[in-house]
Amino acid sequence: MRHEVGLHARPSVKLTKLAKAFESKIDLGLSPDGPWIDAKSIVKVMATKAPKDSTIYFRAEGADAKAALDALVMLVDGDFQDGP
Amino acid sequence: MNDNVGIVIVSHSADVARGTAMMVEQMVGREVPLGWCGGDPDGGLGTNVEAIMAAIDKAWSDKGVAILVDLGGAETNSEMAIEMLPEARRSRVVVCNAPVVEGAVMAATEAASGATLDAVRRTAEELTPA
Repeated sequence: MRHEVGLHARPSVKLTKLAKAFESKIDLGLSPDGPWIDAKSIVKVMATKAPKDSTIYFRAEGADAKAALDALVMLVDGDFQDGP
Repeated sequence: MNDNVGIVIVSHSADVARGTAMMVEQMVGREVPLGWCGGDPDGGLGTNVEAIMAAIDKAWSDKGVAILVDLGGAETNSEMAIEMLPEARRSRVVVCNAPVVEGAVMAATEAASGATLDAVRRTAEELTPA
């Protein structure tokens, strides 16, 4: 994640809104072993306060898990810009 | 037209109410019906029942409306405004026990996903330590 301020208020809202668009259960962690938090919980996502240059890990489980992971990685890689 | 829960912001200060609403609009978007009010007609601090009722009307959604308040009178006047609503609407409006700015952004983020009024309130109130 290269976003200038890290996972602060606006990026958190964008990430949570995107996660909620999928049916799968989606978790987010700051290490590959967790701890994992619910990526659809705005309160929990905002509380992670992941700084710039940290790596965010996602895991998803459900019918649209692959699409969810692709979309979330694209959001983070795209610096949280609005999609087309 | 809108099937997301509406959010109403009630502050003693017109500037705080409007500023909070701007934060919600810019951070979350316009897909959540939004109403706000604050201050008295002379430009001083205060809240009043009529303005709160108008804000609820502006933010109305059949899924309900969650109100975020700042202090004292904002809460009691909001409760009074709810009591004065038509009976069919009364049970679909709640006052959240949450900080006004943070609560409004959290509640609106939840509401934007099409969540129920209950879920919206719970998200806002998650911020408040038990």
